[in-house]
Amino acid sequence: MGARVVTVTSGKGGVGKTTTTANISVALSRLNQRVVMLDADIGLRNLDVVTGLENRIVYDIVDVVEGRCNLRQALIKHKQFPSLYLIPAAQTRDKTAISPADMLDIVAKLKPEFDFVIIDSPAGIERGFRNAIAPADEVLIVTNPEVSAVRDADRIIGLLEAENKQPGKLVINRLKPDMVKKGEMLSADDITDILALDIIGIVPEDEFVIPASNSGVPVTLNEDSKAGLAFQNIARRLLGENVPLMDLEQQPGFFRRLVKLFNG
Amino acid sequence: MNEREQVSIKGTKEGLLIALSPSEEWLGITQELADKLDQQSTFFSGAKVTIDVGARPVPKYELSSLKALLERRGMLLSLVRSESATTLASANSLDLRTFSTDNSHLEDTQIPQRDRNEDDRGDKPIDSEEMGTQGVMVKRTLRSGRTVHSRGHVVVFGDVNPGAKIIAAGDVVVWGKLRGMVHAGAEGDDSVIVCALDMNPNQLRIADHIVTSPAEHHRQVTPEVAFVRDGQIVVEAWT
Repeated sequence: MGARVVTVTSGKGGVGKTTTTANISVALSRLNQRVVMLDADIGLRNLDVVTGLENRIVYDIVDVVEGRCNLRQALIKHKQFPSLYLIPAAQTRDKTAISPADMLDIVAKLKPEFDFVIIDSPAGIERGFRNAIAPADEVLIVTNPEVSAVRDADRIIGLLEAENKQPGKLVINRLKPDMVKKGEMLSADDITDILALDIIGIVPEDEFVIPASNSGVPVTLNEDSKAGLAFQNIARRLLGENVPLMDLEQQPGFFRRLVKLFNG
Repeated sequence: MNEREQVSIKGTKEGLLIALSPSEEWLGITQELADKLDQQSTFFSGAKVTIDVGARPVPKYELSSLKALLERRGMLLSLVRSESATTLASANSLDLRTFSTDNSHLEDTQIPQRDRNEDDRGDKPIDSEEMGTQGVMVKRTLRSGRTVHSRGHVVVFGDVNPGAKIIAAGDVVVWGKLRGMVHAGAEGDDSVIVCALDMNPNQLRIADHIVTSPAEHHRQVTPEVAFVRDGQIVVEAWT
């Protein structure tokens, strides 16, 4: 059987595909899974940066496809998590440098060695997107609680249907419970009402995420971060564990209850 | 490649290199290729293939049948080498990697196509039978980017999401939430109707009349029907 191939995509840019890929991959490797991340965003690679592996790149995916190195040489092993690997994208080329057939070929060679192949898709619906989904067994669609991101996710779901792929699962990223409460932001229900897809995780907006990405230490390693916990939960759900969705209101509610208690 | 040889197959570090004669008749060549491959089918199975067609302009349908011919034998067409811009464009639209063996192709009248809508089934009718029939039954949710054209009526058994589009010469019935764009009576008939269980389209057109949805936040969800009365689109409860 070999690895499960999971593609992380969104349609719209900037919704958190790379952050999601990095964090889920790290979380899975901490759960003793052998994971390889594959950056399909050729020309705009980022996955190496957010996982702190940028300065260790020698060969990239285009080098593999064009025969300048073998697959093993392009695999970068994460020092902190020995069961986590990355195949970086090329920065100097564009999406047409590889084809869906190449992706199928590479993934077929990776499958026997790993438990998960996690593919980071570029934004858009062109060749890069088709490269990223060609080998996918499962698709995670990342969206934000705003109308434009949901619209693009809807388009992506339609294109996946046309490719006869499984419908995919939804990651709602950067949700702000306060704004949802005030009716200023789409709620999870508003989103599933349009997309009619199962939610595999809701990641709250969190001030720890950006510094974590900047320093190359994914936020899921930060025990204080709710977003980090949400990514861990997604990884556990991918492994089939039944983890209930986090109650994002819980903490303030708990404090308020404490305050009430003291104030009598 | 030998001048008289139509097909040459070579093993390289990256896989198989198959060179096809640029001048012989295509049908004969592909037949010969198939024969050659079948003689050693188990040997070639699983191979990554580079095709070199030289200066021959290969249209998309020929290239796609060549790709299928290889795939039936368990081989993966990965790279197409050619001097012809037509061939490169065909390869590109089939999502194949290309390598131009001649740089003058850019002066060719046919500029290579970028990945374009051709392969994007989003805009094509879901079924070819939808064209020119009395009506279309769409048993699925129409998502953003999907368009259904019909010269008859359209019935959708599902939702029509924002960004999806229905263009029909006749009536449009949506058994679900209508939130996309609908143009009924698109060929000028303004006696047609549009109805939906939850009528909230981005935009609604009947013949040459257009309305946009009012921005109501607390609408009552009730089945409604839209039609033209006195030169205006009106929406009433669907009873």
